[in-house]
Amino acid sequence: MSEMKNPAHVTDSELVEPATVHADKRRSEFVETMLEAWRMGRTKIGIGIFAFIVGLAIFGPLFAPYTPTEFVAPPFTGPSSTAYLGTDYLGHDVLTRVLYGGRTVITLALAATVIGLALGVTLGLITGYARRWIDESIMRILDVVLAFPQIVLALLFVSIVGPKLWLIVLMVGISHAPRIARVSRAATLEVSQRDFVRAAEATGVSKLKILFYEILPNTTSPLLVEFGLRLTYSIGLIAALSFLGFGLQPPAADWGLMINENRIGITVQPWPVFMPVLLIGILTIGTNLIADGLGRALIGIERDTSGT
Amino acid sequence: MDDAQTQTPNGQQTGAACGEQRDPAAAAEAAGALATEPRPDGLGEVTLTVQGLHIVLDPSGTDIDDEVTLKIRAGEVLGLVGESASGKTTAATSLLDYQRRGARIEGGQIEIDGKDVLAMSPAELRRIRGGTISYVPQDSSASLNPALRISTQLMEILEAHAFGSDEERKARLVQMMEEVLLPSDKAFLKRYPHQLSGGQQQRVAIAMAFANRPKVIVLDEPTTALDVTTQAHVLDTIRELTGAYGVAALYVTHDLAVVANLADRIAVMYAGRIVEQGTKEELFERAVHPYTRKLLASIPDISGERALTGIPGWAPRPGQRPPGCAFTPRCTWAIDKCSEAYPPVEGPSEEHTARCWRWKEVGAHKTAEEVKLRDKGAAVAAETLPVMVDVRDLDVFYQHKEVLHDIDVTLHEHRCLSLVGESGSGKTTLARCIAGLHPHKIKGDIEFQGKPLPRDSRSRPKATRQAIQYIFQSPYSSLNPRKTIRQIIRQPLQVFFDLSKEEQEQAMIEALEQVALDASLLNRYPDQLSGGERQRVAIARGLAAKPSVLICDEVTSWLDVSVQAAIIDLLASLQREMGLSMLFVTHNLALVRSISQEVAVMCEGKIVEYGEVDAVLEDPQADYTKKLLSDTPTV
Repeated sequence: MSEMKNPAHVTDSELVEPATVHADKRRSEFVETMLEAWRMGRTKIGIGIFAFIVGLAIFGPLFAPYTPTEFVAPPFTGPSSTAYLGTDYLGHDVLTRVLYGGRTVITLALAATVIGLALGVTLGLITGYARRWIDESIMRILDVVLAFPQIVLALLFVSIVGPKLWLIVLMVGISHAPRIARVSRAATLEVSQRDFVRAAEATGVSKLKILFYEILPNTTSPLLVEFGLRLTYSIGLIAALSFLGFGLQPPAADWGLMINENRIGITVQPWPVFMPVLLIGILTIGTNLIADGLGRALIGIERDTSGT
Repeated sequence: MDDAQTQTPNGQQTGAACGEQRDPAAAAEAAGALATEPRPDGLGEVTLTVQGLHIVLDPSGTDIDDEVTLKIRAGEVLGLVGESASGKTTAATSLLDYQRRGARIEGGQIEIDGKDVLAMSPAELRRIRGGTISYVPQDSSASLNPALRISTQLMEILEAHAFGSDEERKARLVQMMEEVLLPSDKAFLKRYPHQLSGGQQQRVAIAMAFANRPKVIVLDEPTTALDVTTQAHVLDTIRELTGAYGVAALYVTHDLAVVANLADRIAVMYAGRIVEQGTKEELFERAVHPYTRKLLASIPDISGERALTGIPGWAPRPGQRPPGCAFTPRCTWAIDKCSEAYPPVEGPSEEHTARCWRWKEVGAHKTAEEVKLRDKGAAVAAETLPVMVDVRDLDVFYQHKEVLHDIDVTLHEHRCLSLVGESGSGKTTLARCIAGLHPHKIKGDIEFQGKPLPRDSRSRPKATRQAIQYIFQSPYSSLNPRKTIRQIIRQPLQVFFDLSKEEQEQAMIEALEQVALDASLLNRYPDQLSGGERQRVAIARGLAAKPSVLICDEVTSWLDVSVQAAIIDLLASLQREMGLSMLFVTHNLALVRSISQEVAVMCEGKIVEYGEVDAVLEDPQADYTKKLLSDTPTV
């Protein structure tokens, strides 16, 4: 469609694009998207929440009044001056266990998401660029994986091999991969149509270089949104696996595990269940807000059109 | 891709086929039908007045348009001409009191038949939009609803404005179709927009605009997306209808050549202000603003006697406009005063005004003295030159469809061959085959310096890939936005040559110098450059490989005319100085004389005419070439 694209088509969008205003002060598209995301209230709140919970998980143990396995008072004692949030089913201090219990879930969730992203992006790049039968075969296999609910996929392998942390991370990561691959493939398809990729092909740049130096940097924005979203899912999945008894084993302190251990006493002493639920909930809201902010910045909702 | 674009799902060939002629009988008949319409009274009365329109961006208050003052009489077409970012579309849509997000009308007046548009309530506005004043958008394929039949969409606009009874509306629908020379039978009306060609879609959009017999019509580059032959038909229709119904029309365009054939008066916009306004004759023959004169000089001339002269630099965007007269930095007439204050509205007559401190001196200067004649050069006979690329009996397929048939083309050293054709003619496909970028089946021979050329660029030897360089159409797509200019130009150097860091740096600076760019750009990203600069970078990347064959695919179609002229000039001089063999692909027949020695005219995958430029353009043999020549708008 050679004649369809004339200067005039570019005009209007460029006119209001904040990225194109001042020649020397303009930043790259990527930085601009990030700044735009940051300008949104939701992103700031999301980052605030995320930082708070992560800070709590990292530095919390320093402020814990007891050790996580210390017997403080009889089981399911309500809040008192000795234990501000009462005790759990074995008489451990709930506050201490809450402060200790975040590290695993956050570390595992981050690790699983990174694995999922690496795997998914690689698959997406290959399928999106290669097309034809490579694309077809890989994507159909991924469709099969997609057909299983993520938790069922993880449970299947964990129940065979046993509750190993590395396996949980790996399985959660693998179960994310097809979803990330789809996003990555769509972005790759779009970018690989552009002429700079053709220019590199005509020059004879190797396919690997084209994938990682020409295409990948142009797909970072949607992938970042995907990262935020998958992190939310990872937290939920790993907490769920812990709750089902496939994560950390007692007597370790872990939010998911705490919910499971203490649910029998929920009517007498709700705090050991309520606190982990609250924190996991807030954490997912935080990551979701960040992902949402990035996503909105990317598609240009609430874009500041002032041109300054 | 270029191909398969003009094919509708019905298998109906749309657009203009090679042999098809404009049907003068049909046009005459339609004109006759129009003539029987009662001509509205008061033809020649001023219908639309715009006074001191000032539009700003919110919340920064940056000017988009300022002091826009226009007057259009009934039955008159005013051409509003400007380059990208001149604010012409913003000004035009404001006539309907519409501003896109972020823009706001800060001051001024718009009156249609004495009624103040800007003071209207939303309900009143809804009534006049599509009724008293209507709008034809740039891209009709995007403005027609793809899910609705065209009859539904046309009926909608009549119903929205309570046009007559049900019967009358039906009759009007048929009449509307006839007015724009489209079939009015049921089968055609039942079609969906995607079943129409680009030209037909634009006619439907025009029919919609004229549906309620408007007083004012705003046409926003309605032919930009169309081929020249289709464009010629659509322009005819617009001219007929505005004249017959006494409509005041504002025709927005970046193409002076288009308004030359259509408009009665022309207003030239630059950086948000109207710099010169007058009748068509006054502007084309006695322009008094330097910008208008330069713009005229940068229009490609099909007769080819005049050399193309670009304007250095580019039109500033809102927020970057210099103080005083915004044209000062690009103006050869500029004096100190120019950058201090914006000149007042003055001019030879009340109708012909300009905003330039030195309009009298500019006007007194004979245009003829400025015109540079084309440097025809000492053309060497092709036979004596070595053959670089030889294409013989080439058939090319797109999936299973044959898109190019029996192509024979020869590229000589030191010569430039233009490949001209409308969209879907296969010109880009042919260029890509030579560059090794066509992923589908190819039959026949392509030889490079006497040796067969592998089909796929990856299977070609390094020396061949280096020797044949391809410049892409859109500089917005051909430069990786995540890389600096240094990384972009370094790529061919790294692949083709074994250079040290310093040698690479030196080669990059040299390549930039060849395209008249400063080495300081090396650290910039593509989005920090203007469209013209980006295209120069793309050319520099090609030149860095030290090619012997340069393939330029529509390299100016995304650029403003003033920038286009500069790029053409650059390419022509590079080709001469470096002795390059060049393949120049374009849809614009008017460009070919400025750059090439040979031309091949393509239509529907075949070469219909091939020969020396002057011979082909002065004495075309093929009907298609003749039609293309007559439809190409000229100044």
